[in-house]
Amino acid sequence: MKPVVVDHITKTYSSKKDKVTALNDISFEVEEGELFGIIGPDGAGKTSLFRIIATLLVQDSGKATVEGLDSVKDYKEIRNILGYMPGRFSLYQDLTVEENLNFFATIFNTTVNENYDLIKDIYSQIEPFKKRRAGKLSGGMKQKLALSCALIHKPSVLLLDEPTTGVDAVSRKEFWEMLKKLKQQGITILVSTPYMDEAGLCDRIALVQNGEVLSLDTPQGIIDSFENPLLAVRSNDMLKLLKRLKSARGVDDAYPFGEYHHVVLQKNYNKDDLSDYLVKEEPGTEIISAQPNIEDCFMNLMKN
Amino acid sequence: MKQFVSLIKKEFHHILRDRRTMFILLGMPIAQIILFGFALTNEVKNARIAVYDQSKDIATAALITEINSSRYFDIENNLNSYKEIEETFKKGSIKLAIVFPQNFHDDLQHFNKAQVQLVTDASDPNTANALSNYATAIIKDYENRITNDRKLPYTIKTETRMLYNPQLKGSYSMVPGVMAMVLMLVCTMMTAITIVKEKELGTMEILLVSPLKPIKIIVAKAVPYLLLSIVNISTILLLSVFVLEVPINGSLLLLIFESVLFTLVCLAFGLLISASTGSQQIAMFISLTGMFLPTIMLSGFMFPIENMPLPLQIISNIVPAKWYYSIVNAVMIKGAGIEIVWKQTLVLAGITLLLLALSIRKFKIRLA
Repeated sequence: MKPVVVDHITKTYSSKKDKVTALNDISFEVEEGELFGIIGPDGAGKTSLFRIIATLLVQDSGKATVEGLDSVKDYKEIRNILGYMPGRFSLYQDLTVEENLNFFATIFNTTVNENYDLIKDIYSQIEPFKKRRAGKLSGGMKQKLALSCALIHKPSVLLLDEPTTGVDAVSRKEFWEMLKKLKQQGITILVSTPYMDEAGLCDRIALVQNGEVLSLDTPQGIIDSFENPLLAVRSNDMLKLLKRLKSARGVDDAYPFGEYHHVVLQKNYNKDDLSDYLVKEEPGTEIISAQPNIEDCFMNLMKN
Repeated sequence: MKQFVSLIKKEFHHILRDRRTMFILLGMPIAQIILFGFALTNEVKNARIAVYDQSKDIATAALITEINSSRYFDIENNLNSYKEIEETFKKGSIKLAIVFPQNFHDDLQHFNKAQVQLVTDASDPNTANALSNYATAIIKDYENRITNDRKLPYTIKTETRMLYNPQLKGSYSMVPGVMAMVLMLVCTMMTAITIVKEKELGTMEILLVSPLKPIKIIVAKAVPYLLLSIVNISTILLLSVFVLEVPINGSLLLLIFESVLFTLVCLAFGLLISASTGSQQIAMFISLTGMFLPTIMLSGFMFPIENMPLPLQIISNIVPAKWYYSIVNAVMIKGAGIEIVWKQTLVLAGITLLLLALSIRKFKIRLA
């Protein structure tokens, strides 16, 4: 039995005025011991999906299972084996680091000592501040504490909802390294993030938009499926350049990407076709071939 | 069990670390007892009055001295005409004017009857009533003394005994009321906020994903407030016995037991509000309008229930404070035992169970 199975799940929120579809017939499976990423922008339905798997919400239709247990029927059993870290920092701000950890250990019927080896690497970094109230920790330290608390009962499946949102670049990197170590301990991890650059750190990813899976593969597999030629273009007047690129012949898509504009060409065009057109008007324009990354793939998938 | 203890410990940390709330919780009963005991009393003391004495003889002099020396009245000024009475009332400096007609003593001596006029400021009807009663009592007293020497045919003397509260102290009825009010505030309002707070802060999300049973979460929320309330009950009782000099005539144990029972009602109601609302403001609003106002209005503490229109009398039966107020009144002031208050006790116990069951049912095992 796969640790997490999401089978044709649909979830809508209805208010008086309109109906919002958060998840639209979404399906995927997570393999044992896998680090599985749900990548998508805000509002893609990531949190709704996680809450359904975590037994906190009930879907309109479809079925979700964790270790073979149904998220609606067997919610009590799932709550014993699942580690869940919500997107918002949700520990007790007026309790100290140590008290939070002890509290969550106790309510999951375990002790800190029993599973200390599992959280040692993470917790040891915040242990010097164990007498500090959780509300007074920095963003990165809060995430480490939240992860420690979610892990303290040695869950077999760990759900992390946007764990790195609002965390500085260094802490983000550290956080992903911790996830890799956890994976080595055999814990299946399902993580969501809006940051495309974090996708490459997962074993497999699902690109999600408007409650639907656009693509599901290994990060390399997704990149390899990007077949069109990709160029990076730069000139003195970037805004004008973007306008011109969008109307140029053979250009499928053009969007700002850091210092450059990325240009997706149609399959039977190449760099030279564009360079003639651009350099004629503005001689200083720099055009280089670029390697696609997940963000390019996402933009491309969204467009189609 | 370890889970449960851990939950209670956590709850205590929340309360003890929030110094301001803590201060309010423990300070409120003291402040209320002192306010209601000394400042907000409807007893009249040292009311300022004026006298318009047109006869100025030994009888009026004796009466005026008597009135002036009572603790209810202070004679502010002596008037010289009827016109002045109205003027002084308008200035608001007096509450009562006593007018003696001419030849007061002569009339008393020769016709065996004389008249006194009491003019009161009835823009405040309760005070006006109280003052005229006090004055009449003093005058009757004087009358009795002078008629004692003579034999009058057919007189009926009324002899009134004020049972349980011979000095007619306001604090006797105030203490039970304040107890109901404080317990209500501490328990209902604070517990109403507590579960909602966890929802707002997002911690409920994690508690829900844990194997904790809803009943444990709910009961653990109530325990610390129950203990705090016992502290408050003790403070109120100590203050009322030693500062306000209101005796505890019945069994102290019974009184405490009934108070704890009432605390449970309040806690259960607070938990029900907490489990069925989504924000701290709404929870606070509901507990204020749903519990606090009926407690003041319909418990019989401020306004006698017997005087209310029938629909309100019926509604007052579902106000727990009404039952508690009558229990405390009976036990503390009249010295009644459980054989007298068992009915009210059963009603309170029933309401507790009902509310507790409802709040456990209402507690959501999921987010939406």
